[in-house]
Amino acid sequence: MTDYLLRVVIKMAVTLFAIVTVTFVATRLSGNPIDTFLGEGLTDEGRDALIAYFQLDRSIWHQYVAYLRGVVSGEFGLSFIERRPVTQVVAARLWPSAQLLLASIGLTAAVSIPLGVLAALYRKSWIGSAVMVVAFSGYAVPNFVLAVVMILTFSYWLNWLPVVGNGTALHFIMPTIAMSGVLIAALTRFTRNAMLDVLGQDFIRTARAKGLPELAVVMRHGLGNAGVTVISVIGLQIASLAAAGSVVVETIFSWPGIGQLLVTAAIMRDYPVLQFGVIAVAVAVVLINAITDVAYALVDPRIRLARS
Amino acid sequence: MTGLADIVARHRRRRAGAAAGGDIIQRIALLLAVLLAAAAILTPLIAPFDPLDQSLISRLRPPAGFDRASPGHLFGTDELGRDVLSRALYGMRLTLTLAFVGALIGLCLGGTLGVIAGLRRGWLEDAIMALVDMQIAIPFTLVALLVLAVLGSNVTVLVLVLGVAGWEQYARIVRAEVRRLTGQPFIEAARAAGAGTVYIARRHLLPNVVSPLVVQFTLALSNIVILESTLSFLGLGVQPPQPSLGSMVGLGRDYMPTAPWIVLAPAALIVTLTFTVQILGDWLRDRADVRLQER
Repeated sequence: MTDYLLRVVIKMAVTLFAIVTVTFVATRLSGNPIDTFLGEGLTDEGRDALIAYFQLDRSIWHQYVAYLRGVVSGEFGLSFIERRPVTQVVAARLWPSAQLLLASIGLTAAVSIPLGVLAALYRKSWIGSAVMVVAFSGYAVPNFVLAVVMILTFSYWLNWLPVVGNGTALHFIMPTIAMSGVLIAALTRFTRNAMLDVLGQDFIRTARAKGLPELAVVMRHGLGNAGVTVISVIGLQIASLAAAGSVVVETIFSWPGIGQLLVTAAIMRDYPVLQFGVIAVAVAVVLINAITDVAYALVDPRIRLARS
Repeated sequence: MTGLADIVARHRRRRAGAAAGGDIIQRIALLLAVLLAAAAILTPLIAPFDPLDQSLISRLRPPAGFDRASPGHLFGTDELGRDVLSRALYGMRLTLTLAFVGALIGLCLGGTLGVIAGLRRGWLEDAIMALVDMQIAIPFTLVALLVLAVLGSNVTVLVLVLGVAGWEQYARIVRAEVRRLTGQPFIEAARAAGAGTVYIARRHLLPNVVSPLVVQFTLALSNIVILESTLSFLGLGVQPPQPSLGSMVGLGRDYMPTAPWIVLAPAALIVTLTFTVQILGDWLRDRADVRLQER
């Protein structure tokens, strides 16, 4: 187990290092970031002062090392627009994003797991096909289209639901559904396949042969075993998908979370916020992945033994 | 771990489906794909108006058949009096072009790295697969946001970003296929007969990885259409006044209460595109390989 933990930690460290490097390279791609971000209207002295301040006259390697040093000590700079540390700016957006994320994962699990089990059990009948069509649609409909159609229907036409903000429980309905579309598609497919794998195994036949009721066979022996795979998928794939989805959904519904912040920062060229926001989200995803890996290995000894 | 009986049954079904030219949904998808491709290629000929032509007296006119509809504007006009149908057609043309070029870039990049990882074991393979893992772990939309914000959005940057978006899938597929194939006797025989690595890659490996790559290419197309539309919707992809399906939905959002057609026409087209491409991709996957079916 120590071996396994060590490998997870090393993998995580390498990925984080790569993310930090990618964000550095991305902001230097266009040459001098001052020109990109501040544009015209800067006096020559002001420009020189800024270049000296950000050490842009030094070599790229010097800048990179200085940047890494800042990252390690938690110095990510000030927001160009809000004029306070980007860490504060991002931290203020954390809770609304987390709320929306948890609501979406809850909805996804509540819908996908039963649907996936149904699709596996009734694979050959119309029920299975119908479920897979629904799951399929989730992949094909982009979340912003889903959101826009919902807003038209439930806000402008029926006048049932509010469009912007996150004040009440009603505000959660449309953003949560818009986030969950793709997630439901992904998780339903995985649940179905995991169930099919398990249901085809010998111990299921044994359970049936010893006279267990079908419900116990499916729920305890089937879902009990497939559940481990399903939960790991939630951690590994859903986290990343949800992070991408929150960017769009939060923007549409003016949800005061990190996704909306990132889009605003991208449009306003507030690059310290953008840089730190991307790092923060990536760190969250990588952490969730690592925790899932470890949890998976704890539950299923085959994993940690097979890989060593 | 599907049972052998399952695989045989599926194989038979697949044969039956292939012989009949697919089921009804797949045939509709094929027909739609031909129509959409033709519409994209012939856009300059069939679009009724110039997509950038403004006409302030016929602003925000509803589609044909509604009150106040303006003659000739089948899907109505937008806030500047531009024809929604023409803009949607030009938008689709641009979206499809970007998606094709992007998917090709991903194919070349991922395919090359996949072949290298499959043929050369050791640190090079480890490094490439570590890159693949990273690409999977990092939400790519965020990196795209960062790059587009820094470089500014133009078509070249956008198409490169879209190309990098899906390379890791190709790399994984190609590497797995190459590793499976290199273990087989005919490769060993070729090597024993004195064939070089490049020759083996071209003559023996390439023909065998074509079909999974075609499948992946098709599925990637639909993903790239969604990514491009999303970025353009957010205002970071195709820039106005050039129309793209995503930016039409994004900019039309402000007029939704009074003029929903500005948003609905491009949104419907996006969904039609992604559905069509995905159904075709799944169909190809079913036909291409039994082993790939369950994924």
